[in-house]
Amino acid sequence: MNAGKIKQILLLTDGCSNQGEDPAAVAAFANEKGITVNVIGILEHESNRGKGMKEVENIAASGGGVSQLVYASQLSQTVQMVTKQAMTQTLQGVVHGELRQILGEEREMEDLPPDKRGEVMEVVDDLGETVNLEVLILVDTSASMKPKLPMVQEALSDLSISLNSRTGNNNFALFLFPGKRKDTEKVLDWTPKINSLTDTFHRLTTGGVTPTGPALKSALYHFEKRRGKRSLIDDGEDEFPIEESGF
Amino acid sequence: MMEKMNFQSKNQASKLSAGTKWVGKWNKNPYRIIRTLGSGATGVVYLVETRSGQRAVKIGENKMSLTSEINVLKHFSKVRGNVLGPSLLDVDDIEIRGEMYPFFCMEYLKGEPLLDFAKKRGTEWVPVFIVQLLGDLDRLHQEGWVFGDLKPENLIITGPPSRVRWFDVGGTTKQGRAIKEYTEFYDRGYWGLGDRKAEPSYDLFSTAMIFIQTAYPHRFKKPADAGSDNLELLRRYISHSPPLLPYKKILIHALKGKYTDAQLMKKELMEAIDNRTAPKKTVEKQSRSVQPKRHRKKTKSKKYKEPQSFRTELILTASFLFLSSVLYFMGQWM
Repeated sequence: MNAGKIKQILLLTDGCSNQGEDPAAVAAFANEKGITVNVIGILEHESNRGKGMKEVENIAASGGGVSQLVYASQLSQTVQMVTKQAMTQTLQGVVHGELRQILGEEREMEDLPPDKRGEVMEVVDDLGETVNLEVLILVDTSASMKPKLPMVQEALSDLSISLNSRTGNNNFALFLFPGKRKDTEKVLDWTPKINSLTDTFHRLTTGGVTPTGPALKSALYHFEKRRGKRSLIDDGEDEFPIEESGF
Repeated sequence: MMEKMNFQSKNQASKLSAGTKWVGKWNKNPYRIIRTLGSGATGVVYLVETRSGQRAVKIGENKMSLTSEINVLKHFSKVRGNVLGPSLLDVDDIEIRGEMYPFFCMEYLKGEPLLDFAKKRGTEWVPVFIVQLLGDLDRLHQEGWVFGDLKPENLIITGPPSRVRWFDVGGTTKQGRAIKEYTEFYDRGYWGLGDRKAEPSYDLFSTAMIFIQTAYPHRFKKPADAGSDNLELLRRYISHSPPLLPYKKILIHALKGKYTDAQLMKKELMEAIDNRTAPKKTVEKQSRSVQPKRHRKKTKSKKYKEPQSFRTELILTASFLFLSSVLYFMGQWM
């Protein structure tokens, strides 16, 4: 079976955006383009489970992805879990779609007897193991995030361990926002492994504003740019059906 | 969104109270809940009454949550002897307040958690259980699987005779793939001592961590400093614990991922247990070597056997006397 490709944006933030367009709208647009947006809301204490965290849920819901609120200390396990869960969700969506074409509109997975359901899940598992994955990680580095950045760094290399234990290929890119002069700053272009992030996070100056919307937009643009470049070099690559499902 | 859904349905499935009855949607088998046994990452486990006696039933928290686990159990049931996990008896759906949830029924393993058992009955049991566990792992590995989420919560001591058994095979992964489920403390990736590829050495790392945890019931954490030497830290924990110390070499070997199969680790562990229980022998040997050389071997061995056989004789005579007196009094009574 030919493995396709899954595209995700992973947003790590601790609160409300306060500059630029509505991030949920950008996420919805990304979803239309076949890019899933997952959001991890990093909690301080019980206190800030407020408006910012509502936004976290909204962005992920519009972006067709998974959201999770978590304390910084549990970040590692959550990051890899959310990424995998979103991947499975996307694959299930694709497989469901195919099934519905075969079985007719009305049939859902749960209408299948448990045996058949198991077989379908095995297909999803197989795909999850072999599919190629592109994750663009978007880290909020506004002032309040500063004490959490060592945990973020650890969680990201942990994610790299998890995903690189699969058979399929991975590509990671890392963006921070707000950037020095622009809304976002690219610190790591597409690379198969996340290593040596130590320096990146240490010499970081954390800013005051949180332009989540514009940051998502430049992440989206970065995906497009890659695709554009690719299609010039190599046209015949098999893309995953979800990408055509947009528009 | 999805998280929210999970949360809600989890509540639904864990709300079922004792006495709840239902009939499976597809296979029409009747069930009645006796009590809740526990809840895992993917669902809640109940003790139930079925037509054929007491069984365990796991109800999933969402539509797809149990399918991986069921698939694994199904593969296991095809293996001869079915020793790899609890046997799978029924797979079906249950309706709870208008919503369908998947469930499966399996053999009910009655027993005590590993850590409780070790605390109550003594740490000398632990190496024995680890030997048993390694035997099971070896068989699992030979079938092409890796357990993955190996931890004390997934192990139970059944019996008597006491035997370690595992349940919750949800994390079991085909060799060569990425580990499906793990718990940080038992995960070599967390300690920076390897990747999360499903290979026998992954389970052996977890096994070593379980062994260590029996001496430190509260899971310790790795230092926050990313550049720290975690292996050195684990080495120190082992050295500071008298029950672990005799097995230090084996534990470190497993933590480093040097054992490529469970069989070898099992063999070395058994040898280490032998050496531990040997001190009496070495004392004997020493005292023997003090003996003058001209004595012949035969006489020596005879000499040292004497006190033991004398003791056995005494015990035999005493029990014979006791038994006959009991019989005599019984006769009087009648």
